[in-house]
Amino acid sequence: MDNTIVATHAQEAHAEHHVALPQHRHHFETPEQQREAGTFGMWLFLLTEIMFFGGLFFAYLLYRNWYNPAFVAASNQLSIPLGTVNTAVLITSGFFMALAVWAAEMKKKSFLVLTLVLTTVFGVVFLGVKYFEYKEKWEKHHIPGASFDISEFVNPQAYGLKEEPMSPDMAQKTQVFFSLYFAMTGMHALHMIIGVGLLLWLIPRAQRGDFSAGYVAPIENFALYWHFVDIVWIFLFPLLYLINRHPV
Amino acid sequence: MTEQHHHDPGNITNPEHAEHHIVTPKTYGIVFATLLTFTGLTVWAAFINLGIFNPIIALAIACTKAVIVILFFMHVFFQSKLIKMTVAAGFFTFMILITMTLSDYISRAWGLW
Repeated sequence: MDNTIVATHAQEAHAEHHVALPQHRHHFETPEQQREAGTFGMWLFLLTEIMFFGGLFFAYLLYRNWYNPAFVAASNQLSIPLGTVNTAVLITSGFFMALAVWAAEMKKKSFLVLTLVLTTVFGVVFLGVKYFEYKEKWEKHHIPGASFDISEFVNPQAYGLKEEPMSPDMAQKTQVFFSLYFAMTGMHALHMIIGVGLLLWLIPRAQRGDFSAGYVAPIENFALYWHFVDIVWIFLFPLLYLINRHPV
Repeated sequence: MTEQHHHDPGNITNPEHAEHHIVTPKTYGIVFATLLTFTGLTVWAAFINLGIFNPIIALAIACTKAVIVILFFMHVFFQSKLIKMTVAAGFFTFMILITMTLSDYISRAWGLW
């Protein structure tokens, strides 16, 4: 009995709301239902991402408390100007991605392509700055492993640093900081690279007009991903770069 | 159509669907400016010696920025109850992960610090 009612109801709803847009999948009753299901699915994926990065953030929290002096000294090796500029660059990229969603909603094709290109450009600038930061760490032997050099942390005065000298034992723990630094910023950068790859796929499709005739979902869901990557960096920046910058 | 009599297991006639909201560039602009301001603020605050409050302020600013991004750039503020609930549940589960793991590590050497 119940089934009959539901079936009748579904048929009526289908007849009422039926749309012939090519992006509308037949197993959804209405475009709105399809849209919400898509957003829901995207958020479920992002929640798994939160758990993934969450494990790294937890490791950071724990080791920062265990080896605080090493974390402070190692954190002060990072460049605040580069980190701040990169934060601004990433927020700008996110801003253009937000505008891209608006452009798709308003069916403004050329503005959509422009904002997607700008999103990509700022994303690539971020990765470029990151390259120079990594390169400096490589040159100073601050990449964890066999050739890691603790001398700047054991004898900071010899390098003109105003840090407190650390015992070799604690100085070795700066490797824990740099391991987490590379793991966290590296995973973040990998997400950026994947995002740039997706943008390079979305731009020609936007140019072709795929997203300026009412089909916003790919742009909207990619924007969710891109903003999520932003949020990860919003936490990484203060936690890695700004641990203890004030004069002791 | 009162809520308790609204039978819509297939999420078809959900009235929330009609509320689809297009966020304007003006809102995005305000959010953008706010995020940049908070970035400057967190760098500025890092150079002031506030003792234990330095990391607390840094995290408070980061959380504020993240919430602004989630609500407006990611449109959660304008989404249906289902989406809001999903996002909130995810962050709540994350807090459980942090709390339970941390309580383990804190209690291992209980009284030995």
